[in-house]
Amino acid sequence: MPGSIQSLERAAAVLRLLAGGERRLGLSDVASSLGLAKGTTHGILRTLQQEGFVEQEPVSGKYQLGAELLRLGNSYLDVHELRARALVWTDDLARSSGEAAYLGVLHQHGVLIVHHVFRPDDGRQVLEVGAMQPLHSTALGKVLSAFDPVAHNEVAEGELAALTARTVTGSAEFESVLELTRSRGWGSDLEETWDGVASVAAPVYDRRRMPVGAVGVTGAVERLCDADGIRSRLVAAVRDCARAVSRDLGAGRF
Amino acid sequence: MTDTPTSSHGTGPFIAAIDQGTTSSRCIIFDRDGRIVAVDQKEHEQIFPKPGWVEHDAAEIWTNVQEVVAGAITKAGQDIAGFTPADVKAIGITNQRETTMLWDKNTGQPVHNALVWQDTRTDALCRELGRNVGQDRFRRQTGLPLASYFAGPKVRWLLDNVDGLRERAERGDILFGTMDSWVIWNLTGGVDGGKHVTDVTNASRTLLMDLKTLQWDPKICDSIGVPMAVLPEIRSSSEVYGTTDVGGLDAVPVASALGDQQAALFGQTCFAVGEAKSTYGTGTFMLMNTGETPVNSYAGLITTVGYRIGDAKPVYALEGSIAVTGALVQWMRDQMGLISTAAEIETLASSVEDNGGAYFVPAFSGLFAPYWRSDARGVIAGLTRYVTKAHIARAVLEATAWQTREIADAMFKDSSTEVTTLKVDGGMTSNNLLMQTLADFLDVPVVRPMVAETTCLGAAYAAGLAIGFWPDTDALRANWKRAAEWTPQMDATERDKEYKQWLKAVQATMGWLDEEES
Repeated sequence: MPGSIQSLERAAAVLRLLAGGERRLGLSDVASSLGLAKGTTHGILRTLQQEGFVEQEPVSGKYQLGAELLRLGNSYLDVHELRARALVWTDDLARSSGEAAYLGVLHQHGVLIVHHVFRPDDGRQVLEVGAMQPLHSTALGKVLSAFDPVAHNEVAEGELAALTARTVTGSAEFESVLELTRSRGWGSDLEETWDGVASVAAPVYDRRRMPVGAVGVTGAVERLCDADGIRSRLVAAVRDCARAVSRDLGAGRF
Repeated sequence: MTDTPTSSHGTGPFIAAIDQGTTSSRCIIFDRDGRIVAVDQKEHEQIFPKPGWVEHDAAEIWTNVQEVVAGAITKAGQDIAGFTPADVKAIGITNQRETTMLWDKNTGQPVHNALVWQDTRTDALCRELGRNVGQDRFRRQTGLPLASYFAGPKVRWLLDNVDGLRERAERGDILFGTMDSWVIWNLTGGVDGGKHVTDVTNASRTLLMDLKTLQWDPKICDSIGVPMAVLPEIRSSSEVYGTTDVGGLDAVPVASALGDQQAALFGQTCFAVGEAKSTYGTGTFMLMNTGETPVNSYAGLITTVGYRIGDAKPVYALEGSIAVTGALVQWMRDQMGLISTAAEIETLASSVEDNGGAYFVPAFSGLFAPYWRSDARGVIAGLTRYVTKAHIARAVLEATAWQTREIADAMFKDSSTEVTTLKVDGGMTSNNLLMQTLADFLDVPVVRPMVAETTCLGAAYAAGLAIGFWPDTDALRANWKRAAEWTPQMDATERDKEYKQWLKAVQATMGWLDEEES
């Protein structure tokens, strides 16, 4: 039976101690409560502090739980917050691309559309917010599967149903599609979900650089593609938009 | 690659717009399609000398305006290959309405801080001016009730309270302006030949202009105590007032001015009778185009000038305001702690199917349009043990939708014109549930345009029209792109039943304060 790692056990004990009872403790309080040497305790506290799990009060020098720990427990980004942040950028994406823009997140083994901007022409369109799209065939779904390990697990457990003649249904082939998506930073769907329809999408990151969603455009394959696949200016517009939303979420320049 | 890569920004020429707002001044540069090319923004200080008093330093604002114009031009230069300031063909202005200032025309110095629209120091003066008639004394001529927002009584307060000012004003040394006048006077040269003008929309918020003649009403000016010598010339919203060299520009026409809500009406291209826009921010302002004759309101709305393009006939609007909309969501976040960000209200509200029987009337400082009851206070009605915080969140969003419905109903009462489509803008339009609820409660489609900055866009449109950058309003309509549309899905019987419950809750707010308190 593999043994547990002593320093992790000790770090967990420190966090539990700071979480209960008196919330601010000095180094010697922590050391004596846990029966550890001061030097060892200091090393643990310093490491936890570097990770943001513990904070030291500048004046008293006492330790308390850090903001990062609170964020971990409350990590999920509200999808309505995501929409509010994306609004300006997705409007501009629809305008500059001339196509409908979508923002999707992982939800119950599929892609939940949380925001939809109409294609900027006079055609009749229906708002698709709240609709679900498949993970394995759409550009949004492939991007989520490629960048979000949870989405990857979900898609790997499910069946890769053939929605059109072009849907990738073999798991080895699908993995290489995800590998390509990861290496170039964007995903595409060339009539793999709906005949005659193509899409392109890129990942959106939050302030901790976690993939929280995907943004992209969808439209007639004749408009989105040229002989080489998705038109490069559309790829650029989608990736610009994804970067802008990520920056708005605090992901920093990249 | 077969594509020629295009910049994500448009190509020139361009129109610039200055938005001199309540908390900040901004400059946005637009291309011919109405897309944003560059933005710069700077906040200014909010000065609170006493409870209820709100002032701005007009000199600071003018400095900021120059900086944001220069800033936007610099940013455009960085982002667009080959851009020069000469590519900006005209500049337009939109502004916080009613904020009032006086300055010395010889020195160009403000004689006092500007009195901001929210400032209530003229409450007592307005009551006094109402005499035995009450707050509607000047409504027939001006379309407005005597309320502390409007500029005329603020001018009177300044003349009464700044030492020696009335004498200087009567000698002709002092100029009055709302922020549009101040910005245009400075843009066009200031002490060195600056043009002292205002536009019809801003003038219609002073309580001093006759809505039909579009001229200052000498009798009302006399009654309120404002000497005609301080008043600017009233011009249309879309014409060349002069030229400016500010911020690296060279003799660029200053070609539009519109109050912010009217600019949003223009930016939303509400050019036909019955077209309406509603801007959802902290509070909400809804304006409906009523055509070429002013419609008197007997249902608690305000009659105002919507816009006037050059020599064309003026277009009037009915306006209804809701004091608390986004502010109620902020209250749920900051005072109640039920949500941690404003957007979360939708998450919480979406977790239940309906309001669970609860109704929230946020009459925090009385009821505004169409009731105008200062004795009312907020109420959450219909509480049972079944009601959860999610139901309250739902009631919060429904409150905004019902209040909009009440304004739309009042507009129909006054004008016999039904709102057929509601064009929306402002921060709360990112709330999908609210937008669907609006469509359901009003029983009309709700549409959001692709450019969120409708206020600046309206000023840019009016300036572009004045110089022939855009040929006519049809060209502007073609620029208007639908980003989203919500269609009504509510059963009519259900809607009527809910509306009745809401109106009962509204009744419950009234008379909460005793007469002497309100």
